[in-house]
Amino acid sequence: MPSHDEIYEKVKSALVEALGVDEEDVSPTATMVGDLGAESIDFLDIVFRLEKAFGIKISRGELFPEDVLSSSEFVTNGKVNAAGIATLKERMPFADLTKFEANPAVQNFANTLTVEDMVRYVSSKLGG
Amino acid sequence: MRWFWIDRFDEFVRGKRAVAIKNVSLAEEHLHDHFPGAALMPNSLVVEGMAQTAGLLVAEAIDYNRRVVLAKVAAAEFHFDAVPGDTLRFTAEVLDLKPTGSLTRVTSHVGERVQGEAELFFAHLEPGEGVPKLFEPTELLRWLDQMHIYDVGVDESGRPLVRPDW
Repeated sequence: MPSHDEIYEKVKSALVEALGVDEEDVSPTATMVGDLGAESIDFLDIVFRLEKAFGIKISRGELFPEDVLSSSEFVTNGKVNAAGIATLKERMPFADLTKFEANPAVQNFANTLTVEDMVRYVSSKLGG
Repeated sequence: MRWFWIDRFDEFVRGKRAVAIKNVSLAEEHLHDHFPGAALMPNSLVVEGMAQTAGLLVAEAIDYNRRVVLAKVAAAEFHFDAVPGDTLRFTAEVLDLKPTGSLTRVTSHVGERVQGEAELFFAHLEPGEGVPKLFEPTELLRWLDQMHIYDVGVDESGRPLVRPDW
C-alpha cells in the first residue's frame, strides 16, 4: 500500500496530464471543477489515467456521479433531494459533502470535489 | 453526409494501429482563404484527419456497437505547417481501450518528417446518451469500403478483417 504522499504525487501527475494544468495549480484543497477546470469528459480521462497509474478498476459514475445529478428521481427543483444526498454519500464515502448539503443546488456540486477527495478515493480503492 | 477527411488506409491492425493518408490539395476550398497567396492547412484540420484515422480504428475494434466521438484533444503539438502538395501520413495507435472510451496517440508525417503529434480521447456512447444516430449501416460500410479498410485490414492474428454483412 503506497503512502498518502505517493498516492498524491501520482494523482497530481494524472491531473496535470488530463487537465493540462501546471503542477503548482494542483493542491489538496483545489476543487476539480472550479479551480482545475475539469469538465465531465475530463473525468472519463482521469478515470483512465488513475486506473493505469494504480492498477485499479473504477466503475462508471463512481468518481463523478453524473447520473445522480441529472436524475429526476434525485433532483427536485434544481437541488439534490434527500434521497439523492443519501445516494451520493453511499456512492462517494471518500468525499466530504458537508458543505454541499448546506446548499445542494446541482451547480454547487462542481465545487465540492477536491484533489484530496481524489487521493482519498484512490486510497480506499487500494484498501487503505 | 459524411465529411471525408482521409483518402485511404494503408495499414489497419484491429484494435492496435492504423496508417491513413491525406493528400493536401489546393483544390480544397478552405485553403483559398487560409491564407490568400500562402495556403496552409490549419492544424485543427490535421487533428480532424488524425481523429478520423484513430476513431475508425477504435470503432472497428468495438464492432461499431457504440458511437465513437472525439471527446477531447488531450495533447497536441505541431512542428511545421502542411501545404498543398503534401501527403500527410497519419499513424494511430490505441493506448487504452475500454467499453466507455479510448485513448489514442496519433502522429502526422510528411515524408520522414514528423509534422504533428497528438493524444486523442474518444468517448464511446450508447444510444440515448445525447448523440443522434451518426450513420446508417450501409452508409458507414460504403465509407469503410472507400477507405479500403477491408483491403488492408487484419485482425490481431494477422488474418484479413471480415467485412460486416450489413
